[in-house]
Amino acid sequence: MDLILVNIIDGLVTGLLLFMLSAGLTLIFSMMGVLNFAHASFYMLGAYFAYQISMYLGFWMGLLIAPPLVGLIGAAVERYGLRRVHQYGHVPELIFTFGLALLIEEVVQFFWGRDQMPYQIPEALQFVAFSISSYDIPAYKVFMIFLSLIIFGGLLYVLTRTRVGMIIQAALSYPRTVEALGHNVPLVFMGVFGVGTALAGVAGVIAGPVLSTFPGMAIVLGSIVFVTIVIGGLGSLGGALIAALIIGWLTTFAKTYNVRMEDILTTIGFTKPEPIGDSGWQDLWTLTSPQIADILPYLLMVLILVFRPHGLFGKRDA
Amino acid sequence: MTDTTTHSAKGLTMGQLAPWVIATAFLVAMPWIFASNSAITIMNQMAITIIFALSYNMLLGQGGMLSFGHAVYMGAGGFMCMHVMNMVQDQGLPLPLPLLPVFGGLFGLGLATIVGSFSTRNAGTVFAMISLGVGELIAASSVIVVSFFGGEEGISGDRTYGLPVFGVEFLRQIEVYYLIAFWLVLSTLLMFLFSRTPIGRMANAVRDNPERAEFLGYSARWVRFYSFCASGFFAGIAGALFAINYEIVTEENLNLGLSGAILLITFLGGIGVFFGPIIGAIVFTLLQTVLSLQTELWQLYVGALFLATVMFFPSGLAGVLMMHVPAIKMGKWRYLVLPYVKTLIPAIFGILGVSAMVEMMFHARHAPTGDEEMGLFWMTVDSTSPLPWLVAAIISVVCFWVTRRNAPELVAAWHMANTPDGGSA
Repeated sequence: MDLILVNIIDGLVTGLLLFMLSAGLTLIFSMMGVLNFAHASFYMLGAYFAYQISMYLGFWMGLLIAPPLVGLIGAAVERYGLRRVHQYGHVPELIFTFGLALLIEEVVQFFWGRDQMPYQIPEALQFVAFSISSYDIPAYKVFMIFLSLIIFGGLLYVLTRTRVGMIIQAALSYPRTVEALGHNVPLVFMGVFGVGTALAGVAGVIAGPVLSTFPGMAIVLGSIVFVTIVIGGLGSLGGALIAALIIGWLTTFAKTYNVRMEDILTTIGFTKPEPIGDSGWQDLWTLTSPQIADILPYLLMVLILVFRPHGLFGKRDA
Repeated sequence: MTDTTTHSAKGLTMGQLAPWVIATAFLVAMPWIFASNSAITIMNQMAITIIFALSYNMLLGQGGMLSFGHAVYMGAGGFMCMHVMNMVQDQGLPLPLPLLPVFGGLFGLGLATIVGSFSTRNAGTVFAMISLGVGELIAASSVIVVSFFGGEEGISGDRTYGLPVFGVEFLRQIEVYYLIAFWLVLSTLLMFLFSRTPIGRMANAVRDNPERAEFLGYSARWVRFYSFCASGFFAGIAGALFAINYEIVTEENLNLGLSGAILLITFLGGIGVFFGPIIGAIVFTLLQTVLSLQTELWQLYVGALFLATVMFFPSGLAGVLMMHVPAIKMGKWRYLVLPYVKTLIPAIFGILGVSAMVEMMFHARHAPTGDEEMGLFWMTVDSTSPLPWLVAAIISVVCFWVTRRNAPELVAAWHMANTPDGGSA
C-alpha cells in the first residue's frame, strides 16, 4: 500500500513534467498544424542555460532567466525559420523542425561537450519533505509538483479568462477572421511559439538536476512527448494532461512492480518448457515488465492511432 | 515536386537507355580508378546507402509519406539475411551468396505488409507518428528479443561459407563490391520502373491530391499500401547487402538515428527527382567519411547544411541541378558562368572563414589547458592568440560582402539565361 502511494507520487512527477512539455507542443500544433520535433531540444537548452547561469548566480536565478531566454530563441526560430518554410507545406515544416533538433544537439555538444553536466538540486531543497513508512519523499519532488500545478493553473487562466487568451483561442480556429478584425495574427503565433518553448525551458530547468543534463536528454524525452500529445489528441490541452499522467503512472508502475511473463503464462495454463534456453519462445518467457516499461507508451500510441486516430480527446485528425 | 521527364509509351529510345548504360559502365570501372581498399569500402557503403535512400524516396518523394522509422525495414532485412547466411553455413543449403539479398528483401516486404496494413490509412502526421512509434517499438524490442536480434551485440556471420560462385568466394572486398554493384543496378532499375507503372504514377496523384484520386476510382489507401510494401522490400535488400558487406548487424541498423539519417540524406539529395537520393547518398557518404577525418565537428556542419537546404532549397541538390535544365536547353548557360564564379567563390571562402572560427572556438573551449596549437587548413595556429581570429573574421566579412555585392548580378544573369529569345517568359 505504501509502495503504491510512493509510486503514485513518482508517476505524478513524471506525468506533470511531461505535461509541461506537451502543453507547449500541443498549443503550437493547434496553431500551426505542425508538430515541433525540436520541442524537446528547447527543453534541453533550458537545462543547459540554467546550469550555466546557476554556476554564477545560483539555481533560482537560473529558473528565472533561462526560460525567457529559451522562449526568445524559440520566437526567433518561428520568425526567421518556420515562417519561411511554411510556404513549402507541412512536410518540409516537419523536416525543418527535425533538422533543428539535430542542429541544437550538435550545438549543445559544441559548447558543453558530450559529458554529463554537474547540475545540482539547490541546497535549500535538499531535505526530505515527508516519509511514507520507510520511503522518503524529497522536497524537490514536492517543489516540482507544485511548480507544474501553478504553471498549469496560470496557463488555464490566461487562455480562458484573459483577453489575450481569447484572441489566441480565436486565432487557433479562425486566423483569417481574427486578422480581419485587426489583430496581428503572425505576432500571436510567434508569441505562442515563444511561450510554448519557454514552458519547455522551465521543464528543462527543473528536470535537469533530477534526470541529469547531457546531450542525449532531448532524444530520451522527445519522442515520449510526441506520444503524449498524440495519445491525448492533438490540440487538446486537457487530453495532453490526462495522457501525460497515464504515461507517467504506466511507466513508473511497470518499472517498480516486477511482473514476469512467466507468471502470467503459467496462470493462463501454459507449462514452461525445460530447459528454457532451447525453446524458441525463450524471450517471451523471460520477459519482465521493467524491461518493457519504456516501450509501453509507444505501444499505447500505435494502438490508439490504429483504433482512434483522433486520440483520446482530439477533435480533429492527427 | 513533379518529375519532368516525358517519354513515349512504347519502345525504348537511346536517350532513355543511355544513363543506365553509362552508370553501369561507371560502376564497373570505378574499382580501377579508385583501387585502394578504403576507397572500395566507401563505395560499398555508398551503394548500400543509395538503395536505402531510393527506397525511402518511394515513400517521401513519390508517395508523400514522411516516415520516421524506415530503418526498421532495412535492419529487419539485414537480420534475416544474416540468419539465412548462418543457416546455410550450418546446414549446407545450396544457396549462393549473391541470392541472399532476396531473403532480406522478402522479409522487409513481409514486415512492411504487416505495418502498412494499418499505418497507410492516412498520410501526413498520422503516418509519421505511427512510423515513429513502430520504429521505437521494434528498435526497443531488438534488445529484448534476443533469439532473433541477438541483443546488444547483434548477430554476426561469415560470408565466405563456401559454395563459390564461378570460383568467387567473396574473400576480397572487390568481389563484394561487384556483388553490391549488381544489386544496386538491379534495384535502381526496378525502382525506376516501379515509378513508371500505373501504380507508381497513382502514388504521385495520391500524394498531390488524394481526394481527387479517389474520385477517379482509385483507393488512396491501397495505392499508399503498395508503395509502402515495395519500399520495404528494397529497404530489406539494402539491409541484406549491409549484412553481407559488414558481416555484422546490430541494433544500430534499425534505430531512430539511422531513420533520421536517411531522411536527411534523401532530402539533401532532393525528393522531387528520381536520381535525387542517389546524389544525396553520394554526397553524404563522402561527407561522412572524408569530412569526419578532417574535423570532429562534421555533424554540426552537416546539420547546418541540412537546415539550410530545407530553408532555401527545398528541392535539394538535384532540384538545384534541374533548375539549370531550361537554361542549358536554350544554350544560354554561358551567361551564368561568370556571375556564378563571382558569387560562389567568395561565398565558399566566407564559409571557410566562419568554419575556421568555429573550429578555433571549439579548440579553445575543449582542448586541455596548455595545448594551444591546432591544425587548421594545413596550417598550425594558436587558438588563443587574437591574430588567427582576426584573419578569419576579416576573410569571412570581406568574402560575404563581395558575395552580397555580386548577388544582384547573378539574379539578373539568371533571368536573362531563362528568358527565351524574342519574347518575354
